[in-house]
Amino acid sequence: MHDVAVHRGKRLIWSNATFDVPVGSFTAVIGPNGSGKSTLVNLLLGGIKPSTGSIDVLGAPTRTGNPEIGLVPQNHSLAHAGSILCRDLVALGLAGTRWGVGLHGRDLAATVDEALAAVDAQSFGHLRFGEVSGGQQQRISIAQALITKPRMLLLDEPLSGLDLAGQVDIVELVHHINHERGVTVLFVTHDLNPLLAHIDSLIYLIDGTPEFGMVDDVVDSGLLTRLYGTPVQVTRSADGCVFTRTE
Amino acid sequence: MFIATLVSDQEAASGLELLNTPFMINALIAGTLIALASGAIGYFVLLRDLPFATHAVAHIGFPGATLAVLLGVSAVFGLIAACTIGGLAIGAMGHRARNREVVTGTVLAFATGLGILFNSLGSAQTNLLTNLLFGNILAITTDQVVVFAVIVAIVLAVLALIGRKLLFASVDPDVAAARGLNTRALSAVFLVAMSLIIAISVTVVGVLLIFALLVTPAATAIRLTAKPTLVVALASVIALVSVWGGLIVATYQPWPPSFVITTIACVFWVLLPQLARLRGPVAAPQIATQTASS
Ligand SMILES: Nc1ncnc2c1ncn2[C@@H]1O[C@H](COP(=O)(O)OP(=O)(O)OP(=O)(O)O)[C@@H](O)[C@H]1O
Ligand SMILES: [Mg+2]
Repeated sequence: MHDVAVHRGKRLIWSNATFDVPVGSFTAVIGPNGSGKSTLVNLLLGGIKPSTGSIDVLGAPTRTGNPEIGLVPQNHSLAHAGSILCRDLVALGLAGTRWGVGLHGRDLAATVDEALAAVDAQSFGHLRFGEVSGGQQQRISIAQALITKPRMLLLDEPLSGLDLAGQVDIVELVHHINHERGVTVLFVTHDLNPLLAHIDSLIYLIDGTPEFGMVDDVVDSGLLTRLYGTPVQVTRSADGCVFTRTE
Repeated sequence: MFIATLVSDQEAASGLELLNTPFMINALIAGTLIALASGAIGYFVLLRDLPFATHAVAHIGFPGATLAVLLGVSAVFGLIAACTIGGLAIGAMGHRARNREVVTGTVLAFATGLGILFNSLGSAQTNLLTNLLFGNILAITTDQVVVFAVIVAIVLAVLALIGRKLLFASVDPDVAAARGLNTRALSAVFLVAMSLIIAISVTVVGVLLIFALLVTPAATAIRLTAKPTLVVALASVIALVSVWGGLIVATYQPWPPSFVITTIACVFWVLLPQLARLRGPVAAPQIATQTASS
């Protein structure tokens, strides 16, 4: 990404973004509400164009409908998917862009089984999407994003609405996907804690410019205090760090 | 008997003979065509949360029909034109419009008022009013049957082509857009298809009862199965049984077909999921309750 600025309507969301995210890395994206995290995701997907600068993703300029990028959107608006089977929703991730009707076919079924297995969702794939828990729905969303065998995975706040155990489950799953398949992961989150043990790097959006840094270099109380606008203390432990907010 | 009373020169006609009369054959063909289209349309209406829009589009067709008659054109063409404009307007408003229901409801009321005005400016036929509001499947002419056949064939062909994309864009709009689908274009195409089928369905069950033919069968089917193609097939069968049942019962009983058609569809909606539950646990998804409340 080189010298990128982005506007929505007439409003400047952020500018002066110049950084490279290493292929195969697990990068967290943090920033306050409205700082433009989802906007960054949308830029990478080609859904919106930068007003200045250039963005390359996986060695090519951004474009819409790139099957090499899997998406798990924020507040995944699946309000109308409640009646659909989980496995059909996953199947749509692959077949949903093709002409015609129906979601049958042995090849498709085998690919869906594979995607469900990758997120450990075989046991509820045959249930309706509206009948499974929030954590299970998130797994289905990830399976759907994985079904095109993307080289990059964008997750926009996949932890919202999950309890602590559920958050850890999802982070472990994404870590596994990153580690085993070499998929580059961009993980938007408000809470770094569940991620710290696994991420390599960080994109933080403060004061209108996204900055990139390796975890060990940038995660300190100074940055986090700036980020959250409230004093934060970092406590390092052997396998990562834990930070706490102080009054 | 309802039908027998309409046939003045066939006093002694029995139910079975009536099934062979030209208007009955037209009614059966028209009803079959509409039932075939209503399964797929109804399913996507539910997935896209458009049941109220369905009702509104039918109402917007009403002034189109009465204006057409006032101008000396066929009411069916007025219906088709007005419904299509109404459907596209609702589409342009988008899902995110905060007071979509209020806007739709207000336009619906205004359109209905206009419809009565145009009717009173013309010949003020109560017949026309009753037929538009409650439908009259027995009044369908052979010319209309031809128009219906063309419309249904086009709508089904288009849906067969875009079905999978439309399903993706309906249940998962964010990811569908990210994967490169033109969700706005798909939405516009669907709204036109929906409006055309609403326009011709008004001739069967009327503006006021459209819901029972276009939405209720799909709402029943979606509670019985989750497979999209099965829902569509089952909804069409339910609509077909309702229309044929309505016509057959009307040859024996002094009841209007519209009444029998809507009653059969509603009885299915209440009973079929119960029967299925007796047979085995079928969980009713949220979408079924959503439909029931809109
Ligand atoms: N479709 C849009 N049209 C115009 N402005 C928008 C649009 N979407 C977002 N914005 C604006 O862009 C800014 C950044 O929004 P964005 O959704 O990227 O923030 P975010 O960091 O993802 O916030 P959150 O943590 O709440 O998800 C916000 O101020 C928002 O008002
Ligand atoms: Mg966001």
